[in-house]
Amino acid sequence: MTADDREPLVADHALEFPGGYTRSVGPVIGRFLTELRDGRLVGVRTASGGVLFPPAEYDPDGEAVTDEYVEVGPGGTVTSWSWVSRPRAVHPLDRPFAWALIRPDGAGTAILHALDVGVFEPGAEPPKALRTGMRVRPKWRAERTGSIKDIESFRPDITMITAPSRAEYRLNAGRALTRFLTGVSEGRFLGHRCDVCGKVYVPMRGLCPVDGVPTTEEVEVPDTGTVTTFAVNNIPDPRAPEVPFVSAYILLDGSDIALLALVAGVPADQVRMGMRVRAAWRPREEWGRTMENVKWFEPTGEPDVPFDSIKDYL
Amino acid sequence: MTTDVAVVAFAQTKHTGEDAGLTEVELLAPVISEIKQTTGLNRFGFTCSGSLDYLAGAPFSFVSALDTVGAWPPISESHVEMDGAWALYEAWVRLQHGDVDTALVYGFGKSSQGSLREIMTLQLDPYYLAPLGPDQVSLAALQARAFLDAGHKEDDLRAVAARSRAAGRDNPYALDLPDPGDEGYEVAPLRPYDCAPITDGAAAVVLAAGDRARELCANPAWIRGIDHRIEAHSLGARDLSRSESAALAAEKAGARDVEVAELHAQFSHEELILRAAIGLPDDVPVNPSGGPLAANPVMATGLIRIGEAASWIHRGRARRTLGHASSGPCLQHNLVCVLEA
Repeated sequence: MTADDREPLVADHALEFPGGYTRSVGPVIGRFLTELRDGRLVGVRTASGGVLFPPAEYDPDGEAVTDEYVEVGPGGTVTSWSWVSRPRAVHPLDRPFAWALIRPDGAGTAILHALDVGVFEPGAEPPKALRTGMRVRPKWRAERTGSIKDIESFRPDITMITAPSRAEYRLNAGRALTRFLTGVSEGRFLGHRCDVCGKVYVPMRGLCPVDGVPTTEEVEVPDTGTVTTFAVNNIPDPRAPEVPFVSAYILLDGSDIALLALVAGVPADQVRMGMRVRAAWRPREEWGRTMENVKWFEPTGEPDVPFDSIKDYL
Repeated sequence: MTTDVAVVAFAQTKHTGEDAGLTEVELLAPVISEIKQTTGLNRFGFTCSGSLDYLAGAPFSFVSALDTVGAWPPISESHVEMDGAWALYEAWVRLQHGDVDTALVYGFGKSSQGSLREIMTLQLDPYYLAPLGPDQVSLAALQARAFLDAGHKEDDLRAVAARSRAAGRDNPYALDLPDPGDEGYEVAPLRPYDCAPITDGAAAVVLAAGDRARELCANPAWIRGIDHRIEAHSLGARDLSRSESAALAAEKAGARDVEVAELHAQFSHEELILRAAIGLPDDVPVNPSGGPLAANPVMATGLIRIGEAASWIHRGRARRTLGHASSGPCLQHNLVCVLEA
């Protein structure tokens, strides 16, 4: 035996009838294809009164059908489906799609066709909207020839629209917030103390929402505080360093109302109620009259504050 | 009044999951030699084979296969472009004539040479189905969806695949496939392990009638009932969640009180649909060989089901068994064969 004998001897081979077979369709299938070319779906009445669709010369029980054709659809219901996440060369769509059995309204039986439920990446899982019972309609080709492919695919009925909405404004921060953000631009947190109840509000509002009186006594509080409560976010946000990130209510020392900020510098699953934190400021040269001067709050490493001392601020 | 006919011998290749470099004829020849040796027969009253020319893309490939039998002087021979199980049915009918008392039946297929999923599209109706190019797995997945919608779970399918693959690893003739892993969908809701593997292989059976069967085999597996039924080709005209044709074939073949069943289920949900249609109780083992999910030499797979079912009786390990074969998309056509010691 020579080395060549041990190598597999393999050749490409194709089996094809060039141009395709010529096939007579007969009167029943011919009627269906002719109507299809005109953009109509027709079934045929069976001897027992049902509508066989797509039409055949005999119903599944072997009875010859009548010569009465019945327009069905175009709306129909999916009776079963399979999801092709990686289409093959012979498939009618080159992106993920479903095969479906579709029973048009007025028909007793279903047709197999491709169901285009939208644009998906190769390998996508079946979309949730794809369900048995889904309502669909044919998408007709503009140029029809009398072939089952005159229907490009079926498409779901419209059940939802996207409604863009946008309005533009120029917002003024107002007197109190302007004063607060001016403080932030200097690296300070400013608030007001209420003359009546004595509570300190950071940022200041210019009034005490408890007592309904104006406030004017300015108080500066430090940039350290305590996490009262927090949430772990898994949706990316341009302000957060990574996903998941933590947004927290932080009670600044000396303040009586918590403000909402990001917490970072600690894994999300290690953030705790009662954790002590300090503001992480951006470089001073980047400061402006904005809370963006503070990137987020980071743990100070001090012991946690007991729950009792924050329970009134939740 | 029917003539008693028995399966007296069964042989199969050690099936491969890839092209072993053999032609269909080279694949088949050792199986024919083995079964001639087992029975001591060199000539048969009738010979019938099942194969599919489209697998190799060559017309009359079954004629070349006759070289393995030895057909000169001319023999009485026939062929079906179907699974070998239907060749067995034809041979059983031929033996009813009573003028011959032995028949050789074989099936073979190399599905590694082409794209089986697309080759099977060629069997579909050319007006409504074939132009769309729905492949075999896509259509099977439609049936799986209908089955799941009728109240079953994907985990039920996975359990069938896991049991079949484990059994296949214990069967020297089947492929050595791992337990189902964490695999994405092939065509949802089917995952790769829910689909029978591409397999090359061949199988042969010898049938004999009456006393001739008793001479040739210590424990002949008598065919007590055999029937096949077909339903509508249009998938949209059928209830895909069950198999009326399998139920009817089982009823006509007298499929009751069997101890073991071998089912031609090429997809995991098909086994569950067939089990219900045939009416097999939960305690009847199905596909202890691993079944088609562990080895699927197309055109021999159904014949192997009958051969495996007969082997239980040949070995004296069961008294009544069942072999099933299927053809067409989504279990369109079903054959049930009940065997008895």
